[in-house]
Amino acid sequence: MKTIKILGTGCAKCKQTEAVIRETLIDLGLEANIEKVEDIQKIMEYDIMSTPAVVLDGVVKMTGKVPTKEEVGAMLA
Amino acid sequence: MFDWVQSFADWLIYNLVGIEQGSHLGDALNFFVYDTIKIIILLFLITFVMGIVNAYFPIERIRSFLSRNRLYGGEYLLASTFGAVTPFCSCSSVPLFIGFVRGGIPLGVTFAFLVTSPLVNEVAVAVLLGSFGLKTTAIYVATGITLGVISGIILGRLKLEHLLTDWVHKLWEEAEAGREAFVSEPKTFLERLPGIARDALGIVKSVTPYILIGIAIGAAMHGYVPEGFFEAYIGKGTWYAVPLAVLIGVPMYADATGIVPVIQVFVAKGIPIGTSLAFMMAVVGLSIPEAMLLKKVMTIKLIAIFFGIVTICIIFSGYLFNLIL
Repeated sequence: MKTIKILGTGCAKCKQTEAVIRETLIDLGLEANIEKVEDIQKIMEYDIMSTPAVVLDGVVKMTGKVPTKEEVGAMLA
Repeated sequence: MFDWVQSFADWLIYNLVGIEQGSHLGDALNFFVYDTIKIIILLFLITFVMGIVNAYFPIERIRSFLSRNRLYGGEYLLASTFGAVTPFCSCSSVPLFIGFVRGGIPLGVTFAFLVTSPLVNEVAVAVLLGSFGLKTTAIYVATGITLGVISGIILGRLKLEHLLTDWVHKLWEEAEAGREAFVSEPKTFLERLPGIARDALGIVKSVTPYILIGIAIGAAMHGYVPEGFFEAYIGKGTWYAVPLAVLIGVPMYADATGIVPVIQVFVAKGIPIGTSLAFMMAVVGLSIPEAMLLKKVMTIKLIAIFFGIVTICIIFSGYLFNLIL
C-alpha cells in the first residue's frame, strides 16, 4: 500500500490538502496510509521551502499549494 | 477605471435601497459597496499577475539563483524583490529560512527576503491600490523593498550566525551533502493559465471575509467618525506619533487585507499617511506569532536584534512617508 505524507505545520491549506487527498482516494476507490507530519524538524528532512507538501512513498510530489483532485489522481496513477 | 463601480454603489444605495445621500448610514453603506467591489477586482487581477510571475520564478529557482551567483551586494536587492513577489504565508517562514540556509545563502540575504515577504505581497498591493491609488502604492512597495535591503545588509554585517539554534547549525553541515532539490515538471504557459487563475480565485475567496470585516470597520468609521477626528491627537506635529504607532503595531498581527481599509479611514480622518503606513508595516511585518515560529531557528537574542532593526527601519520610513506624501 502506498504511503502519503502531508507536510505542514497545521495551517488551513495543509488541512485542505489532507481533505482533497482523502476525497480523491474515496472517489478512486483506493487505499493508502495517510500520515500528517506537523513537526517542523521532521518536515525539513525533506528539502522543501513551502508548505503544504505532499510526499508519496518518500518522494516529494508537490509543494506550496493545495492540489486539485485531478493532480492527486495523476500522482497516484 | 472604477467610475462605474461608484455609479453602481450610488444607484444601489441611494436609489434602489433608498437611503438618503449624505446620511451617515447611506455614506457608510455606499463606501462599503464601492470599496468591496473595487478591491476584490484588483485583488483578482494582481494575484493573477503575481501567479504568472511565480510560475516562472518558483522559490526553488530563486534559491538556486541566489546561491550560485555572487552579485557584490546586488543579492540583497534581488532577495528583497523576490520576497515581494512571492506569496507569503507566515507558516512558511521557517521552511523558507531553512531552505535558504541550506542553499548556502548568507544570513543577511535571507533576512532581506524574510523582511520584505510579509510587507509587500499581492494582497497588500491590491488593497493599497484600491484604497490609496498608484503613487502611494508605488512608494510603499519601493520602501518595503528598500527596508528589506537595509535590514538585510545591517543584519549581515553583524555576523549573527552563532545566534542561530543548534538545529540550524547541524543543517548547515549537512548542506555540504548537496541534495537534489525538488523540481516540478515543465509545463507550457497555456497549460499553466487555468491553474494560475484557479489559485488566484482561491486566494481571493480565502481573504474575502477579512477584506469584508476590514472594509466594514472602515465603512462604519467613514460614515460616523467626523473628519479630522484623530488630527487633534496625532497630527503631523506630534513627533512621537510614528514611533508610538509602530511600537503598538509590532506585537499585533493582522493580514494586510484586513488592516488597509481601516488605515484608509485613519488617513481620511486626519492621521498622517506616513504614521498610518508605518503602523501597517509594523502590524503585517512583525508580530508575536511570527517570533514564536522563528524560535525554532533563532535564539531569542537574534529574534530581538532582528525585530529591533526592522522596527527602527519602519520608524524611519514612517517619518520619510510623512515628509514626501
